[in-house]
Amino acid sequence: MDEGDHAVLEAWRERIGAARRGGSSLRLRGAGTKDFYGEELNGDILHLGSWRGIIDYEPSELVISARCGTPLSEVEAALAAHEQFLAFEPPAFGGDPTLGGIIAAGLSGPRRMFAGAARDFVLGARLLTAQGDLLRFGGAVMKNVAGFDVSRLLCGSLGILGILTEVSLKVLPRPRLEETRRLELSAGQAVTAFNRWQGLPLPLSGAAWWQGTAWVRLSGATAAVRAARAQIGGDAVPPLDAERFWSALRHYQLPPHAAASVWRVSLPQAAPRIDVPAEPLIDWGGALRWYANVPPEIDMRERARAVQGTALHWRGAPPGKRFPPLPAAIASLHRRLKERFDPAGVFNRGRLIAGV
Amino acid sequence: MEAPELPDIVGALRAVLPAECVLERAEERRPYECDGLTAFRSVPAVVVLPRTEDEVRRTLLTCHRLKVPLVARGSGTGLSGGATPHPAGVLLSCARMSRVLEVDPINRIARVEPGVPNLKISEAAAPHQLYYAPDPSSQVACSIGGNVAENSGGVHCLKYGLTVHNVLGVRGYTVAGERIELGGQAPDSAGLDLLALTIGSEGLLLIVTEVLVRLIPRPPCAQLVMASFADVQSAGSAVAAIIAAGTIPAALEMMDRKATAAVEPFVHAGYDLQAAAILLVESDGTPEEVREQVQEIERVLRAAGATALRVSESEAERLRLWSGRKNAFPAAGRLSPDYYCMDGTIPRKHVGHVLEAIERMEREYGLRCMNVFHAGDGNLHPVILFDANEPGSWERADRFGAEILELCVQLGGTITGEHGVGLEKLNSMCVQFSPAERAAFFAVKEAFDPDGLLNPGKLIPTLARCAEYGRMHVHGGAMPHPDLPRF
Ligand SMILES: Cc1cc2nc3c(=O)[nH]c(=O)nc-3n(C[C@H](O)[C@H](O)[C@H](O)COP(=O)(O)OP(=O)(O)OC[C@H]3O[C@@H](n4cnc5c(N)ncnc54)[C@H](O)[C@@H]3O)c2cc1C
Repeated sequence: MDEGDHAVLEAWRERIGAARRGGSSLRLRGAGTKDFYGEELNGDILHLGSWRGIIDYEPSELVISARCGTPLSEVEAALAAHEQFLAFEPPAFGGDPTLGGIIAAGLSGPRRMFAGAARDFVLGARLLTAQGDLLRFGGAVMKNVAGFDVSRLLCGSLGILGILTEVSLKVLPRPRLEETRRLELSAGQAVTAFNRWQGLPLPLSGAAWWQGTAWVRLSGATAAVRAARAQIGGDAVPPLDAERFWSALRHYQLPPHAAASVWRVSLPQAAPRIDVPAEPLIDWGGALRWYANVPPEIDMRERARAVQGTALHWRGAPPGKRFPPLPAAIASLHRRLKERFDPAGVFNRGRLIAGV
Repeated sequence: MEAPELPDIVGALRAVLPAECVLERAEERRPYECDGLTAFRSVPAVVVLPRTEDEVRRTLLTCHRLKVPLVARGSGTGLSGGATPHPAGVLLSCARMSRVLEVDPINRIARVEPGVPNLKISEAAAPHQLYYAPDPSSQVACSIGGNVAENSGGVHCLKYGLTVHNVLGVRGYTVAGERIELGGQAPDSAGLDLLALTIGSEGLLLIVTEVLVRLIPRPPCAQLVMASFADVQSAGSAVAAIIAAGTIPAALEMMDRKATAAVEPFVHAGYDLQAAAILLVESDGTPEEVREQVQEIERVLRAAGATALRVSESEAERLRLWSGRKNAFPAAGRLSPDYYCMDGTIPRKHVGHVLEAIERMEREYGLRCMNVFHAGDGNLHPVILFDANEPGSWERADRFGAEILELCVQLGGTITGEHGVGLEKLNSMCVQFSPAERAAFFAVKEAFDPDGLLNPGKLIPTLARCAEYGRMHVHGGAMPHPDLPRF
């Protein structure tokens, strides 16, 4: 860190100190691609986008460490130069999100069930706390069980425990070959087929369904992909069309994502169709289903619970009612963690849980 | 902590539990005095063997009311003293909670009780051509509850991940008896990722009573490549070269000559005893995939200077080649009255450097050390050979180990890759973490267990302890009173 860097951190510490003393809250913001996301947006904006840059990237270690403000495009370009990538495929929402925001939100793309979720790739993190301490958890190595796994806890925390100043992520080599097959199936047939295929040693890396078409992506060794074609059947999708579809799915840019009211329902992969008059967009081989414009009298949380799922009101939720409510014992653990990490409620107050 | 009168806790437990669940006679408690790290021993005040979740809850409520410490135990194979009992506390063994509750081949999950041995899960899933991927070498014995507590890995976690990547949910109880359900079959779950926090928490946060794991299809085919190297540096570079070539093998293990020489006489694995180090590189998948990957691996290993290559031609040969690796610890036990297995992780590129440093330390401490490890993950398992009956020998082994771990931290690595901190690595935690970081760990602990009753004194060193360790370090690395037991 040079002098300019110290100045940035010092300025942040001052803002934190001032907020703490004044009883106010700071709203942490990277590139703002997820301004719509979270329960409540409170406090004065603290811009984190200027704290950027890749700190360390050695392809043979399969690890990249970068500052929180580093744009996704910069990370992906660096990785692509060495035929590597972020296998959890974070959504960009049509913008260029920062790495800190990506990890704080913890959202994962179509490879979620096949390669892992964002948190599965988090190896380490640095956290600037409400006390102004810069803490380091985890590291830049593949295996690390020293102390509690706080770096994974920060993934998906929406910034309520402190400022993620730096993260280290596991990266993977790009698959040798990637190919998409398209099949005409009903939603129910698609979910059944996805689950059957996932029980077989096939190189799947995406399984989605929308408007009567199942999309199946295969990635891996050339021989494995070729051998899988026959088992999946269907038609080969031209590479450009395939790229367009997976990219729109990953970045939440298909029509159902943009409706006025959208429910994101996560459920056991083979769960039967839930009783809703709309057809979903299905991702994650059946485990993620998006429902647009569901009539308001339908209790989506209840319908999801009936099949052991959870429903998140992605768009169009009344204030404070976006995320599924937490059971009392778990909510109290959240409050106790927040009280200990950020007793004055400086960081992103109410963003993950209303009032916390 | 003030220990309550012994009869109090036993009587209170007897009042809420069936008689056969509570062991109080000295000879019944004795077998629980240590886990796999036998250098640490202490007999618990009482042992509880619950059969049901409700009995776990009652035990917790009782401990909570009387403020008595409780240490959970799975199969006791842990290598860091995580399950070492508290002398004034309850040792809660999950051994009788060992049922596989559900195998769902369609959703590809299994629900199991915490005492189920790791391998039993894969056995239960086998009829569906599915298995549970993390495979610690102790998998015949170690429990899934212990695996969750330690975030255990295995030789195949390079490709398939650690426990944290393969456990979808847990049910557990706080020390106050509150039931906590984390994760589940639905991949999204609301709020903070307390499941990730619980995995690897060494029994300090929750007592786990049920585990939901992901099952994956068993690869139809696997082949193992054994490569010999004339020096450890080039073996280390070959590891990096394989990863850089864009292949992730199913396993990538290294053994140095001391290790191969130790196992070969009794396992007859067929290792190249001339080689300074061997690599065991496994490929798995469909036959086409394996053929392609093995060719690639052979090419990279040759280019990296392998002096000899052998590819397993049959399943029997593959298993034989693995048997040496899997029996490395028992082999150490045959070579030496005692051995001490370390568990640091480093960036892969430093493998050669660390092995050389260990050779220097062998001379310095006058002890032998063989190296068997998960090279693909940079996870070292130096095995230090010593004789506990020889005065000062254990202390030297302990310091030797601590020095290796400090080197790991210096190189950007960690003091434990998969065995956990327990009691063993408390001092090394002072090296890896600042006081503020350790305070954050205590903050997490307090949020779950404000009275500090679950597995007290493990995982996080106190400020006083680190200050003491720091003082000892000032004396040029030489410990004061090496003859006194320090734990
Ligand atoms: C020969 C040998 C080889 C090994 N190889 C490997 C290896 O390859 N990879 C690896 O990672 N480890 C390995 N280990 C270490 C050990 O097997 C693992 O750490 C294992 O997960 C411990 O499981 P256990 O059931 O024996 O747990 P125990 O030793 O009984 O306990 C371990 C920890 O878990 C806690 N715990 C147990 N059950 C619960 C519960 N229900 N709720 C909350 N906390 C609980 C205990 O309090 C303790 O802190 C090896 C050990 C041996 C002896």
